[in-house]
Amino acid sequence: IKKTLAKPGVKNIVLVDGVRTPFLQSGTIYADLMPHDLARAALQGLLNRTGLPKDAVDYIVYGTVIQEVKTSNVAREAALGAGFSDKTPAHTVTMACISSNQAMTTAVGLIAAGQCDAVVAGGVEFMSDVPIRHSRRMRKTMLSLNKAKTLGARLSLLGSIRLAHLAPELPAVAEFSTAETMGHSADRLAAAFGVSRLEQDEFALRSHTLAKKAQDSGLLSDVISFKVPGKDIVSKDNGIRPSTMEQMAKLKPAFIKPHGTVTAANSSFLTDGASAVLIMSEEKALAMGYKPKAYLRDFVYVSQDPKDQLLLGPTYATPKVLEKSGLTLNDIDVFEFHEAFAGQIMANLKAMESDWFAQTYMGRKTKVGAPPMEKFNSWGGSLSLGHPFAATGCRLVTTVAHRLQKEGGQYGLVAACAAGGQGHAMVIEAYPQ
Amino acid sequence: MAGVRALGSLSRLTTRRYTLFPARTHVNYEIKGDVAVVRMNDPNSRVNTLSTQMQREMTEVMDEIWGNNAVQSVVLISSKPGSFIAGADLNMIQACTTAEEVTGLSQEGQRMFEKVEKSPKPIVAAINGSCLGGGLEFAISCQYRIATKSKKTVLGCPEVMLGLLPGAGGTQRLPKMLGLPSAFDMILTGRSIRPDKAKKMGLVHQLVDTLGPGLKSPEERTIEYLEEVAVEAARGLAKKQIPLTKEKGLMQKIQDYVMSYPFVRQQIYNTVQNKVMKQTKGLYPAPLKIIECVKAGVEQGPTAGYLAESQHFGKLAMTPESKALIGLYHGQVTCKKNRFRTPEKDAKTLAILGAGLMGAGIAQVSVDKGFHTILKDTTLEGLSRGEQQVYKGLNDKTKKKSITSFERDSFLSNLTGQLDYNGFNKADMIIEAVFEDLSIKHKVLKEVEAVIPPHCIFATNTSALPIKDIAAVSKRPEKVIGMHYFSPVDKMQLLEIITTDKTSKDTTASAVAVGLKQGKVIIVVGDGPGFYTTRCLAPMLAEAVRVLQEGVDPKKLDGLTTGFGFPVGAATLADEVGIDVAAHVAEDLGKAFGSRFGGGNVEVLKTMVEKGFKGRKSGKGCYIYQPGLKRRDVNTEALEILESYKLTPNAAVSSDSDIQYRLVSRFVNEAVLCLQEGILASPVEGDIGAVFGLGFPPCLGGPFRFVDSFGADKLVEKMRKFEEVFGNQFTPCQLLLDHAKDPSKKFHK
Repeated sequence: IKKTLAKPGVKNIVLVDGVRTPFLQSGTIYADLMPHDLARAALQGLLNRTGLPKDAVDYIVYGTVIQEVKTSNVAREAALGAGFSDKTPAHTVTMACISSNQAMTTAVGLIAAGQCDAVVAGGVEFMSDVPIRHSRRMRKTMLSLNKAKTLGARLSLLGSIRLAHLAPELPAVAEFSTAETMGHSADRLAAAFGVSRLEQDEFALRSHTLAKKAQDSGLLSDVISFKVPGKDIVSKDNGIRPSTMEQMAKLKPAFIKPHGTVTAANSSFLTDGASAVLIMSEEKALAMGYKPKAYLRDFVYVSQDPKDQLLLGPTYATPKVLEKSGLTLNDIDVFEFHEAFAGQIMANLKAMESDWFAQTYMGRKTKVGAPPMEKFNSWGGSLSLGHPFAATGCRLVTTVAHRLQKEGGQYGLVAACAAGGQGHAMVIEAYPQ
Repeated sequence: MAGVRALGSLSRLTTRRYTLFPARTHVNYEIKGDVAVVRMNDPNSRVNTLSTQMQREMTEVMDEIWGNNAVQSVVLISSKPGSFIAGADLNMIQACTTAEEVTGLSQEGQRMFEKVEKSPKPIVAAINGSCLGGGLEFAISCQYRIATKSKKTVLGCPEVMLGLLPGAGGTQRLPKMLGLPSAFDMILTGRSIRPDKAKKMGLVHQLVDTLGPGLKSPEERTIEYLEEVAVEAARGLAKKQIPLTKEKGLMQKIQDYVMSYPFVRQQIYNTVQNKVMKQTKGLYPAPLKIIECVKAGVEQGPTAGYLAESQHFGKLAMTPESKALIGLYHGQVTCKKNRFRTPEKDAKTLAILGAGLMGAGIAQVSVDKGFHTILKDTTLEGLSRGEQQVYKGLNDKTKKKSITSFERDSFLSNLTGQLDYNGFNKADMIIEAVFEDLSIKHKVLKEVEAVIPPHCIFATNTSALPIKDIAAVSKRPEKVIGMHYFSPVDKMQLLEIITTDKTSKDTTASAVAVGLKQGKVIIVVGDGPGFYTTRCLAPMLAEAVRVLQEGVDPKKLDGLTTGFGFPVGAATLADEVGIDVAAHVAEDLGKAFGSRFGGGNVEVLKTMVEKGFKGRKSGKGCYIYQPGLKRRDVNTEALEILESYKLTPNAAVSSDSDIQYRLVSRFVNEAVLCLQEGILASPVEGDIGAVFGLGFPPCLGGPFRFVDSFGADKLVEKMRKFEEVFGNQFTPCQLLLDHAKDPSKKFHK
């Protein structure tokens, strides 16, 4: 085992700390907020947790997926609202479920390039309210109405409106390129790898059971308390619900009927939440008196066919990032994979365990191997903790850092899939304690 | 395949004796718990057909399964990735010599499917790939159908396109299952139905998605998945957890109620009959017999229905129309293969010169096949129009949902529109579609040869100019070839490839490979004025002009030609081709071939062009075309021109039938002459070229099959009669005379 991935002449970049709001099922306690409110809460939580002077931050990067049109640069709105200096620039990135991973690696890039020393990265997703639009025809009429000069022109435009034009356009968690919903694709992926309904239910139950255990034993220390205006203080995720195999077996398939295997119980649920991390060059962190939690090392982004391999990102990204770091799967002590669907995780594990798949589709000589389950998502995952799309990445990285501290070990691996057939993986190294 | 049939009948005789050793090669089964999974796989073919062998083995297997108490239900599935059952074995039908024999085949099929229909153990047809003809009839006699959403999965009864009818219960079961209107539509048009539509119509009960890469290849795993789902469904059916009859919707109930009145049904029969008569002019017997079979079943009950079906099936198989259509089917299969070897270099980048109707059409059928396509024009307006044509062609497909908007966009990304020769140094093939003028073609060829790489092929899309004349200025004539596309390129299936004696074999192979990838049916012909297709059409159009000059109204002329089986009348055809093009071709070929290509006066066409009557594209030709109006009036100004060139008809050769044969015999004689001169390599290509490129009556199967079935002697006799009046335009060629002299000589065996 390599003792460290530090390279001469390359700046060490560290995770100082990471926090997140409780992840809540959408439509529950956060329902009346706006996305930047959640992001604000995470940012303020980070400030409180780290005691960071507000003007010590050089830059802020935030991820989001479903954009609130009023706050399209949600990073800036949230930063201003959280009381950061108005001299700190902020931008928003989007890359589906790996948006906050992209925010973090953007921060790493800024620091590595010597442009910044301290960057806050994060992500927010707010599914309790999504932009529902007028139909294209209606929008066109309304825009023309703005330009119509005479009463006659306006009346004739108004007269052209038909009942059908009033039907709204709802956003869907569907690929633009294939028009397939993600759940549908996950069900097909599970079928392609022969993942049974039983395996999926078992994995989902595992996720909920482990999350509950972690929550009860106070391991989820990245969660901050949040006083929701007009509501109580929230300090716990509310989607963790260990059930029984019998009860889960009763559910009907959610996407492919009647013979599908993906159900509401073995999928991640719509979630509201925000996360934030403080990333610094090691020198700066030490100079400011921080004790960093982990080193952020090599990372990769991958992409493949958005139709049939939509959710196989981890399979492609894992061997690539390991190779880059000169590590093998055995060197990794802590795995945190994003659980979009139990079927998706099981499919990825089977793909990683298959020489045939590695040779036929990845151009590799051999399989990378599947992570041992005792090291895998042992504090729960997106299935149970919840999955606010753009907030999950920071949760994964912070959890790896915390698990390395708690369980011991040198290296951790984060991997995630994302819409568009993309994927990401990052190697994280424990900071000497 | 004839071998397969021989083997089939042989084993039928022998298995009676050796039933202990059933050497099954086409059908096997596996028992999974209480479900028998029957798998079909014809080892000798890419697709499964209901051959004698397949039927025999299937009967054996089903008997074993019915007799096995451990089995509660059955799944029927194919092991082939792209085919459930593609239909009956055509050779089996073609090998029969009498209608009774074919009726016997039909009855065997009917009996087998009746047993399937009445099976006490529910049978699930698990369909992936083509489920056509007899395959569909098999599937609809099963109790339950599950189909994959694969692009290869299509259901339909294409028998009518072969001049036949669904002869194994299709005309009886479909009306019951879908109702009269849908059933008629399906059986009479022969159209292929995609899975989503099939589900909506009630033709299948359940759909299964196709799978991507997993631990096995997508194709293999998709079939496995289909089987898993089908096995579950079979169990559910056996346990009566899945009901066999679906609750009928309101619309269905209303339709059933309305249909319960005999006069409503009668009205439907009449409407359908009238529509068929209007479309086929009574030249195709199959659709009419289909109506009779359906009617017999619905009105007189199953016994009468099945009897009518088997008897009409037998009779239809013996009709010349069916033989002609089956001949075309085989011909088309032949012309979808590259008879030249694989080209040395795979063409990936095409550059098309001229973004007119043809150029843009060629671009459209190239970009969606993955060719990187450069479309070059000389003006921005021309280029913009051409690019819009490509976009519209693809967008129409999106609207019809045959491709997604994403696919449309990604296809369009293969298109580069430009005004210069940038990037031509990477082109593998140039397809030139500029104006039909030798000097322009020469100029373009020289310009292009200066910028293209040495391996690049220069294909010219001309309809009449000899390729060797165009190649005369080339520095590398072995790379020059003709590719004659037909307008509209995205609709017309034919591509005529013309080789000169200098064209290299590899150039030909490459042009054929490109054409096949573009989805074309290809004939490869020798060089000469008008090649094959234009050369056959020209004398017929010359005759049509003479007929018009003799005072026959364009509408009457159209009626006579469509009445003979041409899909488009001669006057309309001239308008579609363009009067200017017709005049151009008539003059060119007239010069090349002399008085044999005479007939009508070329001046008629030239005068029309001068007045701006260039056909549909100019709004006026023989007819007046108004946008948005389907009705067309005869162009009276054109009639005035005809009046000024009036000829007096000779009553001895001017009956309706005479006019039809004057038109057709000149066409056919020229075709036979092309074979005689070696322009054509085979009668098959001649038939395919005439039917798919020029609309020669499909029911006659093409000029060569027409000579075979009509009789060369009878045709010569008619031509001699016309020859007396009109001279050498009707002199039969030597090859035709040879066939007339010796009735045993046939173009098709």
